[in-house]
Amino acid sequence: MISEYADEILKGSTLAIARVITWLENEDERARPCMEEIYPHTGNAYIVGITGSPGTGKSTLTDGLTWQIRQRELTVGIIAIDPSSPFTGGALLGDRIRMTRHSEDTGVFMRSMATRGFLGGLAQFTQGATKVLDASGKNVILIETVGVGQDEVDIMRVADTTCVVLVPGLGDVIQSMKAGIMEIADIYVVNKSDLPGSDQLYSEIIYRVEQDAQMKNRKWVPPVIKTVAVEGKGEGDLLDAIMAHRKYLEESGEFLVKRRERTRQETLKMIHHELFRIIRQRLDKNSRIELMVGAIMEHKISPYKIVEKVVNEWLPLSNR
Amino acid sequence: MAEKKIKIIVAKPGLDGHDRGAKLLSRIFAEAGMEVVYTGLRQTPEMIVEAALQEDADVVGLSSLSGVHNYFFPKVVELLKEKKLANVLVVGGGIIPLEDIPGLKQAGIAEIFGPGTTTDVIVDFIKSNVRAK
Repeated sequence: MISEYADEILKGSTLAIARVITWLENEDERARPCMEEIYPHTGNAYIVGITGSPGTGKSTLTDGLTWQIRQRELTVGIIAIDPSSPFTGGALLGDRIRMTRHSEDTGVFMRSMATRGFLGGLAQFTQGATKVLDASGKNVILIETVGVGQDEVDIMRVADTTCVVLVPGLGDVIQSMKAGIMEIADIYVVNKSDLPGSDQLYSEIIYRVEQDAQMKNRKWVPPVIKTVAVEGKGEGDLLDAIMAHRKYLEESGEFLVKRRERTRQETLKMIHHELFRIIRQRLDKNSRIELMVGAIMEHKISPYKIVEKVVNEWLPLSNR
Repeated sequence: MAEKKIKIIVAKPGLDGHDRGAKLLSRIFAEAGMEVVYTGLRQTPEMIVEAALQEDADVVGLSSLSGVHNYFFPKVVELLKEKKLANVLVVGGGIIPLEDIPGLKQAGIAEIFGPGTTTDVIVDFIKSNVRAK
């Protein structure tokens, strides 16, 4: 049954792709054996991240970019992330509404994902979902992050090329000088470039890029691309820039360095997650965690001591 | 295993351009803890079913105010079956004449919610009739 799903994914079955992504999201135990089987078939897709503040036009750009990629006869997988409510756990996933023109194109698979409380701009299992799409044979995978602020930079660790989407009117030149989101761009996109202030934004980013070129030891100089996504303007230029970055990564050898680092991070994260899951399960048994919290609240024991005790229980000092 | 979420597609088939109700319901479903994919206006049954397939939706909610429900709603159910998604719950709402409801139910729409239905009734119906995944 399970390997049937793996087979179906490798054949590109939409049903199987969709179902296994759900299993990943639900941490359903059926996901793991399937992921193991498809893993050897991953690593072929090129992964592009689209990130930026809410309302900057990420979905519309993703839609236009998908159109451009399809014109070049490559297939596309899209993962678009929107926030979950911290109160109800529900989510309104509205990215699909910008992408309806691809809904009957069999060369495009589009999936919305809710963050489910995961910070950093992605959902916890976005990377897993990327692998499913990769194994299914999609040539390019576009990940559209949740609308981000200044510091949600996880996308740079998942994507081969990260595009940071900016629009005029969100702040002065100091904003463009800051660390965080402004640093992670392989490509800057000035969207809504028909609006007043976009020329100024454009020159501020160019200024930053030139400074970076002086200060940082980076060979790639991020281009700044102007787009008007709702009118379909500039999206071809954006795709050209993405392809140029890909060529740069491959020719300079950075591609492998980047992917190796990603594999390292991901493996550590998976170990972390699995260990925590097991320990969490045991602590939840008999409400042990509640007893601990009570004891800490009453100052009978410190949280530091509790951590030491819990870790020692399953990883004795003599073993470390 | 993490908590399972109900995933629901809210869609407006056909040409009517009024989606205030569909948008409000989308928010209500999200408030009820569901993950809601709003597909927007002017959807064909094929587009709606493809969305349900890719999103692995548990529920499809259709809204129609323009009188096209007798064609579009059953068509969605039929296409879902074709795509091996027969266990996806289909519900409808909008301006649906009472005499059309038996026919729609016979065609596989689980329930029709007309104007004035309280949102609790809709949410409860979905929660108690949704498939296991």
